[in-house]
Amino acid sequence: MATQHARSAARLMLAPAVILLLGWMLVPLTMTLVFSFKKYLPLRGGDLGWVGFENYVRFVTSSAFWPSIWATLIIVGGVLVITIAFGIALALLLDQPMWGQGIVRILVIAPFFVMPTVSALVWKNMFMDPVNGLFAHLWQFFGAEPIQWLSQASLPSIIMIVSWQWLPFATLILLTAIQSLDSEQIEAAEMDGAPWTSRFIYIILPHLSRAVTIVLLIQTIFLLGIFAEIFVTTQGSFGTRTLTYLIYQRVLESQNVGLGSAGGIYAVILANIIAIFLMRIVGKNLDA
Amino acid sequence: MGRITLDKVTKSFGEVNVIPPLDLTINDGEFVVFVGPSGCGKSTLLRLIAGLEDVTSGQIRIDGEDATRMAPAQRGLAMVFQSYALYPHMSVRKNIAFPMKMAGIPEDEQKRRIDSAAKALNLTDYLDRRPGQLSGGQRQRVAIGRAIVREPSAFLFDEPLSNLDAALRVGMRLEIMELHKRLATTMIYVTHDQVEAMTMADKIVVLRAGNIEQVGSPLELYREPRNEFVAGFIGSPKMNIFGGNPAQQHGAQKIGVRPEHIAASTEAGTWQGVVGVAEHLGSDTFLHVHETGLAETITVRVDGELSVKHGDRIFLTPEADKIHRFDAQGLRA
Repeated sequence: MATQHARSAARLMLAPAVILLLGWMLVPLTMTLVFSFKKYLPLRGGDLGWVGFENYVRFVTSSAFWPSIWATLIIVGGVLVITIAFGIALALLLDQPMWGQGIVRILVIAPFFVMPTVSALVWKNMFMDPVNGLFAHLWQFFGAEPIQWLSQASLPSIIMIVSWQWLPFATLILLTAIQSLDSEQIEAAEMDGAPWTSRFIYIILPHLSRAVTIVLLIQTIFLLGIFAEIFVTTQGSFGTRTLTYLIYQRVLESQNVGLGSAGGIYAVILANIIAIFLMRIVGKNLDA
Repeated sequence: MGRITLDKVTKSFGEVNVIPPLDLTINDGEFVVFVGPSGCGKSTLLRLIAGLEDVTSGQIRIDGEDATRMAPAQRGLAMVFQSYALYPHMSVRKNIAFPMKMAGIPEDEQKRRIDSAAKALNLTDYLDRRPGQLSGGQRQRVAIGRAIVREPSAFLFDEPLSNLDAALRVGMRLEIMELHKRLATTMIYVTHDQVEAMTMADKIVVLRAGNIEQVGSPLELYREPRNEFVAGFIGSPKMNIFGGNPAQQHGAQKIGVRPEHIAASTEAGTWQGVVGVAEHLGSDTFLHVHETGLAETITVRVDGELSVKHGDRIFLTPEADKIHRFDAQGLRA
């Protein structure tokens, strides 16, 4: 164990980083809290004084609130299901020895390097455009009426775009988990007479549970805040207004900083509730 | 039943030929040990028998039936792996039940077999624990339990004791031998430790670079090693093998004498040398004798009570009828 002296030295040296991090987090949070209790309209009179919980009440009672919560949950849930299911399948495939493995793995990871704004624009203009998009051509090739993706199937479209971005992340983490599986365990199961499906259900899936937990937690945290994909595609219309997007509209489109800040505090609470639930449900996996 | 026959079996990984054509018969109920230095192909051979590797050519027959292309599970063999390969997220009970569950054996029969295996292996108190909560020896027993409940026609052990400490290894060695006596099932056991091979086997198969160097009972191999390699590999400490004048006197290219077949004396003898390191085991002492003019070091087993010091002059006399002669090819002459 470290001596008393070494421990105090360690604290001293850690202090700048800790103070910086705390400041980075606490200052915006405190400002949001302060604004949420004020009537603050930058273009219509500025700071108009304290209003108590009025902003909070107005934000929740607005007709846009509950639909935005649902949209958020549907997008997060949909992306999680797709990325984990396809992530496991892709990881299993990539784990097989094959020709050109290195290049294929880099290609699979590539979408993660594309900025959200860019990938959303590429999807919107090159794939989902009802006139010139690839999907439109594909539909026409089979004699079908092209779908107007972003207006007729707006939520599935957003889920598809975001899943495409996050699939590499899930695949990567699940692939490393599969690679850490002791091959003797699979061989033992083979000797024990387990067909492929049983080996997958009884050996591979339980082995992956920890990695799935990590993917679930990390992705949930990031997906609750997706913004760029909605901003460049539907602008929050056709039922794609998530909580994050609603807050953005309140602050910048309605120029009501107080109301938006109250929404921000709700978002913090929602994220924490989900985090606690997830920890409860899947946290057990991390202890084992 | 568990009679396994290998007929001209070969195995190559790409260009590399690991097992040249190899014939071997393992009789029902035998305890056969594959032994050899690392990389000699002994584990590969076991995996070929298990079906975890495909043979490149040749035929494997189990109880007369061609098993060359059979899936591992259909061969009716059970394997105990070096890493035990227990399923970490299942309790001991579920681990042992897994092969029976896969075979669709009824629940009550499963329970009966688990109970009897647990009793035989002293695992009754641990059935609801996970492998991670068990010691190395207990994990080993769970792995054996998982093999037993399948009631296989033969057991395959792949260096099962190499992850255990020395004391535990001796204990587990005895348990496996007892198990063999009780079940009277064929067992194939792979090890690089010749002491394990000597103490456990009915029949030892000595392998080098995929070739079988000799097959025989432990004492046959000890008394009449077929060549220089087997002579040097079987027996502890190693046999002294050297050429030169003394070998020619016995009409051979090289001769070998085991440390226990050399008498040491401080007064007179056939050869003489200077005592180097002495390893005291209590009952015996192993002397490393230098400057004999035979080989760099000659190892001699002497009585634990003989008192010699480093640097003492010592005289050695081999037992005339225990000298092994080898020709230029290293074969027994």
